[in-house]
Formats: sequence, C-alpha cells, structure tokens
Amino acid sequence: MPLVYCGACSHAPGITARAERADTQTRQALHGALGRMGDDIRATRPDALIVVAAEHFANFFMNNMPAFAIGMADSYEGPIEDEAFLRIRRTTVPGNKALSRKLIERVMQTVDVAYAEEWKFDHGISVPLHFLTPDYDLPIIPANINCQGPPLTPLKRAWAFGEALRAAADALPERIALVATGGISHWPATPDSGKINEKWDREFLARWAANDREALLSYSDAEIYRDGGQGGFEIRTFIAAAAAAKGAKGTIEFCEPVPIFAVSCTVARMKIAA
Amino acid sequence: MSLYQVQKLIYQLNRDPRQRERYAAERDAVLAEYELSDEERRAIVGVGEAGPDIGLLYVLGVNGQLLMHFAALHKIEWTDYLERMRQGLKQHGQVREGVYAATGYEGIDAHDARLKSEREAR
Repeated sequence: MPLVYCGACSHAPGITARAERADTQTRQALHGALGRMGDDIRATRPDALIVVAAEHFANFFMNNMPAFAIGMADSYEGPIEDEAFLRIRRTTVPGNKALSRKLIERVMQTVDVAYAEEWKFDHGISVPLHFLTPDYDLPIIPANINCQGPPLTPLKRAWAFGEALRAAADALPERIALVATGGISHWPATPDSGKINEKWDREFLARWAANDREALLSYSDAEIYRDGGQGGFEIRTFIAAAAAAKGAKGTIEFCEPVPIFAVSCTVARMKIAA
Repeated sequence: MSLYQVQKLIYQLNRDPRQRERYAAERDAVLAEYELSDEERRAIVGVGEAGPDIGLLYVLGVNGQLLMHFAALHKIEWTDYLERMRQGLKQHGQVREGVYAATGYEGIDAHDARLKSEREAR
C-alpha cells in the first residue's frame, strides 16, 4: 500500500515535564493539535507507525554511531527518562519485528541502515506517542537519524532515507503511517534553554510545507548551529518526512513558540494521497 | 584524556545501573578505566559531598543530552542545573569543545513577556 499518513511534530520533554508552567490556552491548543494528529493517523487505519526520531543517547553512542537505524523488535520499552521528571509512565510499546525486517530489507537497497533488535525509547518518541497513541495500541517502528554526535548525517542523506522509507512502505501490503519528530530551532539542556528563533522556524516550515527539496537541503551545519542551535540539527527528521511525502505539499496545523517547552511547538502534515 | 572518555563514563553511568553500583562502591577503580585528565576527573568527582562539578563539565564540552541526565541522576533540579552551567561559564570561560556552547538568551520570563506583547499587538 502507498504510505497512508505522513506528518511531523515536536518531541520536547518540557511539553510533558513542565506542562503546567506554560500558558494554559497555548498548552490546551497544542494538546488539541496533537490529539487531532492522533485521530488523523487512526483515520488512515494504519497497521504500523514509523516514528523517525532523533534520539539522545538512549541506544546509540559515539563508540558506534549509526547514521541511520531502524528498530526490529516485537516490543520496545520507554521512556528511559525518570518517570516523575517526564511524567510519562514507563511502558512496553508494541512493535512488529516481521514488518520491520521487510522494511529494513527494502530500505537497505538504497540506504545503509543499521538495524536494532533492542531499542529503548526516550522522550523523542515517548512524548509524541503519549499524545498520538496514548493507549499504545498501534505497532511502532522506530527509526533514527544521527542529529546528536558530529559528524552528523548529511541533510541530503536524510532526504534519501525518507525516500527509501517511502519506497519500502509503498512496496508492502501493510498500511504504514510515518511521523517525524524533532525540534526546529532550540538550545536544549544549555543555559539558553528556552531560546527560540521563531523567524528561522517559520522559514524552515514554509520550505517544508512547499516541499522544496533544494531549499530544505541548502542549510549548512554551521548555519543551523548559528541560527537554530544544536537542537536545530533535528531538522533532519522533518527533511526525511518531506522526502517520504514524495512531492506532496504540507500544512502547518500548529506552530507556536513556547519558551518553557524550549521549542516552537509544531504539528504538521503532508497532504499525501492515501 | 579526551571529551570522548568523559562522555563515555557519563553515558555509562546514566544508562547502566550496574555501572552506577560499581561507581558507588569502588569509584577510583571505575575512574581508572577511563583516560581522564586531572581536570576531567575533578569535574566528574566534584569537591567533597557536593557531587559532580556540572559547570566545569559543561565548559569541558559534555553534550547537554548527557549532562542533563547526569545532573538528574544526582538529584540536581532543572533550574539548579541551568544555574550551575551559568556559574561554570563565569568561573571557567566559554565552552571549549562540542556543540553545546552558550550563545546568550534573554531568559524565559523576558521572552514570554515579549511574545505576549507581540501577540497583543497583532
């Protein structure tokens, strides 16, 4: 089946960990947008959801850092963070090992992806799932792009990964949805946590919604670091989703800077024909 | 003697409960397994019972996604964690390596106030 859903959203831990410290109206609007995203995903009756994330040393470290990885297990545990801090209960999330394997075999035809039969979710996956699939009843296939330990995965390779995921999903009989998660500009876990370059975020999202490959891939890492901070490196996941949309355009369903959550909280969807 | 060794130790303590137990029971033996400079060792161990020197670790270039969890492991609350990094900058100067340098920020309260006035102006 062709990919049934393609979107992107924020995963900032502050969204749950520091929930009450944001303006009530903004928080409720964000929760509403994430809830609708979950409804939209369910409406496409997916058999599995690929979450393209940018993990933060839950599984991968600089001793052996894959540019790309895909999980291949029947279940995953998460979040790794302290439950009282993140305010998300640690749980077992269903996967689908056989489906993962079929996807990986196809992705490998064009992108050298690492596979992982063990995978712990961190906030990069657990925060989105908390809102999108709160009952944890949809099999998840985690995927990762190295946005954390330089040298980072080049943007054009993140695009190739998105294309490969799309080709793999399209070639299988299952109905597969895809959500990319990450921040746009942010300076997480630094003294500047809360800083947001809203103008840069909106410009990036305009390029994303237009699905303008050339404009999306034109950023250098030095520019991203200067304008979007180290958190900005996570635009790789959004870029993979744009590629997976195969030319479709997107809509930005929610985008609001929330300093206490440290990002422009975003919910966006590509209008793919499903 | 490298940032990599410091980060590796922090990563392993963050992620592996058995390594944490070993570290609690025989700290010097665990530390000896990593190639650390005196300064790096001092940053990890800290002074007296105060716990790790978060400010110095930050300035040495430890990735925030590791340092944040290392601070939480030592029961250092979020606001305190941010303040310790600021103190580290004052004491030791700008971040020396890595991609987690401080770039300057007006602060969340001022930022919120500015966003609010911008919203009202629209």
